Amino acid sequence: MTTIRKTLNGLWSLIVGLKVTGKEFCKPWLTVHYPRQEVNNLNTYRGHIELVSLSDDPGKPKCVVCRRCEEICPSDCIRIEMHTPEESHLPDRPLMLISGVPLAGSVAKDPLCEGDKLLRVLDGFYLNYNMCSLCGLCVQNCPVSSLTFSQEVYLAGQKRSDFEFDLLQRLQEDAYKPIKSYH
Amino acid sequence: MTQILQYLVMPLVHIVVALAAILTFIALNGLILVYVERKVAGFIQRRPGPYEVGPQGLLQPLADALKLMAKQLVMPRGADSILFWAAPLLSFTPVAICLMPIPFGPNLTGWNVNLGILLVLAFSGLNVLALCLAGWSSNNKYSLLGAARAVAQSVAYEIPLLLSVLCIAFTTGSLNFADVTASQSHGLFSWNIFVQPLAFLIFFIAALAETNRAPFDLPEAESELTAGFHTEYSGMGFGLFFLAEYSYMIVVSAVGSVLFLGGWNGPFLSGHWWMLGKIYALILVMMWFRWTYPRVRFDQLLNICWKWLIPLSLMNLLGTALIINLVR
Repeated sequence: MTTIRKTLNGLWSLIVGLKVTGKEFCKPWLTVHYPRQEVNNLNTYRGHIELVSLSDDPGKPKCVVCRRCEEICPSDCIRIEMHTPEESHLPDRPLMLISGVPLAGSVAKDPLCEGDKLLRVLDGFYLNYNMCSLCGLCVQNCPVSSLTFSQEVYLAGQKRSDFEFDLLQRLQEDAYKPIKSYH
Repeated sequence: MTQILQYLVMPLVHIVVALAAILTFIALNGLILVYVERKVAGFIQRRPGPYEVGPQGLLQPLADALKLMAKQLVMPRGADSILFWAAPLLSFTPVAICLMPIPFGPNLTGWNVNLGILLVLAFSGLNVLALCLAGWSSNNKYSLLGAARAVAQSVAYEIPLLLSVLCIAFTTGSLNFADVTASQSHGLFSWNIFVQPLAFLIFFIAALAETNRAPFDLPEAESELTAGFHTEYSGMGFGLFFLAEYSYMIVVSAVGSVLFLGGWNGPFLSGHWWMLGKIYALILVMMWFRWTYPRVRFDQLLNICWKWLIPLSLMNLLGTALIINLVR
């Protein structure tokens, strides 16, 4: 008796399955028909990282060259080139965003007490996007929010070197171009 | 002289014309069904399906056919060359004969034979041999496993298929498709699906298994056996198997509509439109099944047949025989 009931239940489940797929058949498509349609939430796309410019100068990054991103990157894909006006004491002098408080991670043998900021100049911000796993640790850990994800969806290339960027150069080039639209 | 013309030449011409017409139908049908199958799959999965080749993707099957024809025919090392190339041909050729005795309309029968049902059942059985040869001659373990499954499955499911067809033969008293159609011409409720609902259900399930359609597509289960018996076939070798599969769908749907759905009987429209409509309705249901049900396991497949379908169809047959005897 239980076998028959089980079988009848099973047969009924088959009909339920047909009902489900039959209903889905009649509903409109869910997929986006790409060349003819595009999604309207490209702003949520997380592409490779990009430097954020200062609000008053679109050609200058907010970056203070603390090099946390370079250090924290698990894939080792960020390389920063910089110089400082006082090059002789560079390793001994801490970086201070708030005067008197040396930043964690910056070498501080002899903190400066005068309250001046250590000036560092960014010469190049190199990203090897081939290695990047888009974990976002650099964006999260940037103390001045100078890094963000780009929305470049249509990035494509044929060579490894197509994905090695100098983000500083990109920022400066973009600053004097009309604003790109990805929509 | 006139006698030779009457008894030898005319039937021969008739058969040749019928064969040509049926082969054209099969080829056209292959193109249509490839497109329809992919569209049905797309719609059930809420996507457009083929869309890029031609308007609404209508030329997609032609592109597929061209690709298959242009591909190189490769034979694996150590394969039995004669059997390897004979198998796809053997799979495809009986289809034409299977469609010959089916009445597509009041005057549209390729070849009106008394034992039409028997003819179709006998020749559709040849397909198993083709699958078996393909699997055996490929010199590939997946092909061989697929062939073994195909044989076990077909042998098992031929029994309930035959028994359910036999029920119709009992009630009609004939193995001629034309007689079966004529017996269902008295309105909707004279159709055999209402007289023999269980037989129809068993027939349809067994037909799905005989044509290796999902959820009984174990001989070509791609997740376990790459492609089963046609793993090693490329180009038109695969193309012929593919065409044969779709043609057998037409055969079982045509047989199913003649035996159970009243054949070409129907109001308003002329007969062949009704027949075509019924055939394609059954095929659409088969496609609907394919994109709804997951593939069964092999022991489940055989259990359904031996523990349920065969006893049920036997009981149905005995009941039918008893009632016919009592009525007489």
